[in-house]
This record gives sequence, structure tokens and C-alpha cells, in this order.
Amino acid sequence: MIAHFLLYPLLFQFALAIVLMFFWRDTRIQRRLSVAGSGIALLLAGFLFAQVWQFGTVTFQAGGWQAPFGITLVVDMLSATLVLLTCLLGLAISIFSSASIISERAKFGYFPIYHLLLMGLIGAFITGDIFNLYVWFEVIIISSFVLLTIGGEKPQIESAVKYFTLNILASVIFLTAIAVLYGLTGTLNMADLSVKIAASENKGLINITALIFFVGFGIKSAVFPLYFWLPSSYHTPPAAVSAIFGGLLTKVGVYAMIRVFTLIFIRDEFIDNLLMTVAVLTILSGGFGALVQNNIQKVFSYLIICHIGFMIAGLSMHSELALTGAIFYMIHDIVVKGNLFLVGGMIYKIKGSNSMKELGGFYGSYPKLSILMLIPLFSLIGIPPLSGFWPKISLLQAGFEDNYYVLIGFILLGSFLTLFVVAKMWTNVFWKASTGIPRKPNFKYFGDLKFKDKLNMVLPIAILALVSLYIGFFAEHVQLLSERIAFELSNTSGYIEAVLGKIPPVNP
Amino acid sequence: MEILLAVITGLLYGAGVYMILRRSLVKLIIGLILLGNGANILIFLVGRIVKGKPPIIPEDSSTILDTYADPVPQALILTAIVISFGLQAFAIVLIKRAYKVVKTDDLDQMNTTDEYA
Repeated sequence: MIAHFLLYPLLFQFALAIVLMFFWRDTRIQRRLSVAGSGIALLLAGFLFAQVWQFGTVTFQAGGWQAPFGITLVVDMLSATLVLLTCLLGLAISIFSSASIISERAKFGYFPIYHLLLMGLIGAFITGDIFNLYVWFEVIIISSFVLLTIGGEKPQIESAVKYFTLNILASVIFLTAIAVLYGLTGTLNMADLSVKIAASENKGLINITALIFFVGFGIKSAVFPLYFWLPSSYHTPPAAVSAIFGGLLTKVGVYAMIRVFTLIFIRDEFIDNLLMTVAVLTILSGGFGALVQNNIQKVFSYLIICHIGFMIAGLSMHSELALTGAIFYMIHDIVVKGNLFLVGGMIYKIKGSNSMKELGGFYGSYPKLSILMLIPLFSLIGIPPLSGFWPKISLLQAGFEDNYYVLIGFILLGSFLTLFVVAKMWTNVFWKASTGIPRKPNFKYFGDLKFKDKLNMVLPIAILALVSLYIGFFAEHVQLLSERIAFELSNTSGYIEAVLGKIPPVNP
Repeated sequence: MEILLAVITGLLYGAGVYMILRRSLVKLIIGLILLGNGANILIFLVGRIVKGKPPIIPEDSSTILDTYADPVPQALILTAIVISFGLQAFAIVLIKRAYKVVKTDDLDQMNTTDEYA
């Protein structure tokens, strides 16, 4: 089915960014427009999701050029879900930004760039062309550079140098892989690549290309030896920016990896073993990294790495059930990680510090807020009725079915490390007696804000907490969705037929 | 011609990686630029080099019968060049700013965000 409506969320974010640029200096209008626009974008994404849920994969051939010659945009169940989550997190963080981003930052184009970043994310999720994916990655990174550096404080600039270098390096490696792949197959369309690679004789070179892709996406998604840029940069920008980075940016890398390793490449034992080893080491390094850190936002950064390991583990087990677990985990992780960075930002706004040593007594002074913050924290660990618990069932079950006992051991170890880290944070930040942090001059504390701004900071945390409660208590809905996505990913013929029409006969 | 381009690609990648591993900020950017150019030439190379055969259909025919140069790699390179222009412009402003704020161009001095705090 060919449909224009799959473009609406993408084009709407773009239009919104342009409209916002007309109010460059008027940050009050920008704040309101951004929130209202994000709400409309969420509705459009919801409509797209409902359509795809009902009628299956939709495609759009840009410029009327039939695939595989033009750029194809494809929305299958996975893309639709991720676009919906992007717009959901986009709305929550837009509300949070409207209260927490100071005018000095908003005056330099925070809101337009924020919506351009969302546009890039949506584009990366819906494209069906590997070079187009590269272009969307570039849109994402250039917007994220600006968001990371806006404000120009010393830690921000320092972290931007590292973030910038490694992300450009990842892009160059990705581009190299595309070049080699194009040389081998003569096509860029992902569905066409899938058909051509299945028929290709040159397996050795194709496996090498797969590894170049793995390195490129590995840097983006912060897997084991390539993650060092993440914990040195994610805690430096304002919390709203950290939240969108932590919730979605690394997930784009994971999405690309899932897409490439289910649709395009045929996996052999070597790639599976490599993915599994990397997953284990990622879980370990993220978990232990989080244990020793003191800054809350840095702890969350390391936990991102730890949980990326869970998703890669699901991908590495190479079964539909494991993929179900990985997808469910990703859905849960996007909502919860985004929320946790907002929680960290909230704590900073209230107390003026993010150091676990200095903080304390939060539960005593803000009991209601503490209960609210408890929801994402406990969802992250996966205390049974909450959202982090359910994907692990699928992951462990898949591991038992295919006898990956070592991997199961490490997934459980990762969960225990997360539990330990969150428990440590809970006692330090919420229960321990406060040591009294010196008040900063020229810092707008939460207590000094107007009621409307206070509400706008609590509301997004509440929205995202409600969504993670929904994922937890109505897990059968999300499980059904994840199973359907995993089925679509394992049986690629549906995707290929949606893009290319009927599968053409292959002449090797 | 292919061999020359292959050697140049290799040299650009090698030089790029070497420059990225240096400690100076400016050399870092130069390294990234060299790597990007290496990738562009690689795309050009793998698209098969055909001399003097533009992919234009003659007026009296409806298809190209002869071999012709593949236009796709050139479109890709053009896109990649434009993107890397933007990124490099940003990079140069960033390193100028970083030099002003941190007051050094030694990458080993820029580790305060990695420290335990």
C-alpha cells in the first residue's frame, strides 16, 4: 500500500522547526508552539501506528521512482512503534524544556534544533534506503552537536569534542561500509540488498562488510569497547537534552543494528558469537561503571550502556522469542531512560547538585515527588509488575530454549547490578540525611519557580511514569506488539514484498 | 587508474587515522577531513570507473546499449561532501571555542568530564 500519511510526522516536525525559527528571539511563543506542536506530532504518529497496526506495512516511493531505483520510505510495525515512542518522548521533553531551558539557551535556537533532531530520528526510523539512513544519521548528529554545546559551558565544550569526534568517525565507518556494499551489490535499497545478498556468491567480503557496519553502529549505540564517549558527554548538557539523548539516540544505533542484521545480512555463527560476546562485555562494563559513579546523571549514562547490552543479547540469540524480548526491552527502555534523566534534572533543579555524596533527605522533604520518581527507578530494575520485568522473561526463556546459559547468567548479573545501583541511589539521595549543599548564587531553584513552571516539570515525569506503568500492568499488549514485530523481522518476505512488489526472480 | 585511486584511498584512511590519534585539536579535525575524503574516493572507486561514457540515452534510442558510468556513486559523493562541509564548519568553530574555553589545544588536558566527581 502506498500512502502519504507516513510522511506526516516527519514533515510536521520539519515544518514546526521552520515556524519556530521565525520566532528566534521570542522564546515565550517558541515554548508554547513547541509543546502544542509536539502534541499534534504525537497524534499524527498515533494515527500512523494505528494504520500500520490495522493494514500492515506501508511504503512511499519518493518522487514516484519505483524501488529499488528511488528512495523508499517504509513503515513496518517496528518503525511505527519507534516513531510513536519518539513523538511521545518528544512531547514529554518538550513540556519539560518549556519550563527548564533558560532563555539564554532558548534564544540561540534550542527549540528549532530540538525539533530538527526529532525529525532526524523519525527519518532514520522510517527510511528503507541504506544511504538515506546515513543522511538521517547526519541530521541527528549535527542537531545533537548543537544541543550538546548550546550554552557553551566548559564541560559541555569538552565533552562535545569527544562526542563529535567519535560520532563523525562512526559516520565515516558507516559510509565506508555503504561504499563496499554498493560495490558488491549495486543497490542501496534495503529490501533489494536483502534479496541480492542472499543470492551473492562473495560471502567472505559480505561478512567483512557486516562487521564494518557493526563497528559503525556499535559506536552510535555505545557497545563495549566503543562506548567511552557516552559517559563523558551525556551528563553535561541540560537534563532535557540528556533525556532525549539517553532515551533515543543510542536506540537509533540499536535499531540500525537490528534492521541490518535481520533484514540485510545472513547471520552465521561467527557474527552471532561476536554479538553475544559484545553483549556480555557491554552489560558488565556498563553495570560496574554505574556502581562506582557518584554523579546521578553519570550513573544513568552507565546504565544506558548496561541495558544496551540486554538488547544486543536479544539480537545475538537469533530466535524470534529473543528478538521479542529485545524489542520489548527497547520499548521499555526508551520511556524509562528518558524519564530517569528528567528525574535527575529535577533533583538538580531542586537541590542544586547531582552528587550522591552531597544529596540526601529527598524523601523527607518531597515525599510525593519521591514516590513519582520511584516508578521509573523501579521499572528500570524490573520489579515484577513494572515494565522492566516482562522483556527479561522472553530473553531468559529464549536463552533456556537454545542453551545459552552463560548469557542468561550475565543478563541476570546485569539485572542485579542495576538493582544494586538503584538501591544505592535510593538510600543516598532519598533516605540518607542531607549534608546541606551551599546555595548557588544566580541559580534558579525549583522553589523559586512559578507554579506553572513547576507543574510543567512534574507533568512530563508523571506522563512517562504512567506510560511505563501501562507497559508494566498491560504487558500483554506490548508483548503482542513485540511478538508481531519479531515475527516481521524474522520473516523478511513481508517487508521485501511491501517494498519491491512481488519478489523478483534472482539471477546470480 | 583504479590502482592509483585504491592507493590514494588507503593513504587517506591511514593518514586520517594517524592524525586522529595525535593530541592536537587541529590535527584531529584534519584527520576527520582526510577520512571523509578517503570514504568519498572509495565510493567513487567501487562504483566502477568508466571514462567518457555519460549515462545519457541518445535521442534516437530508448535505452543505453553501451556500458556507461554509474551516476549513483557520484550522487552519493555529492551528498556526502555537502554533509561533511557542514560538519567541518561546525568542527572548526567548536575547536576555536574549545581552545578559548579550555585554554589549551592538548586533548589530554580535556578530561575533566571523565573525572570522578
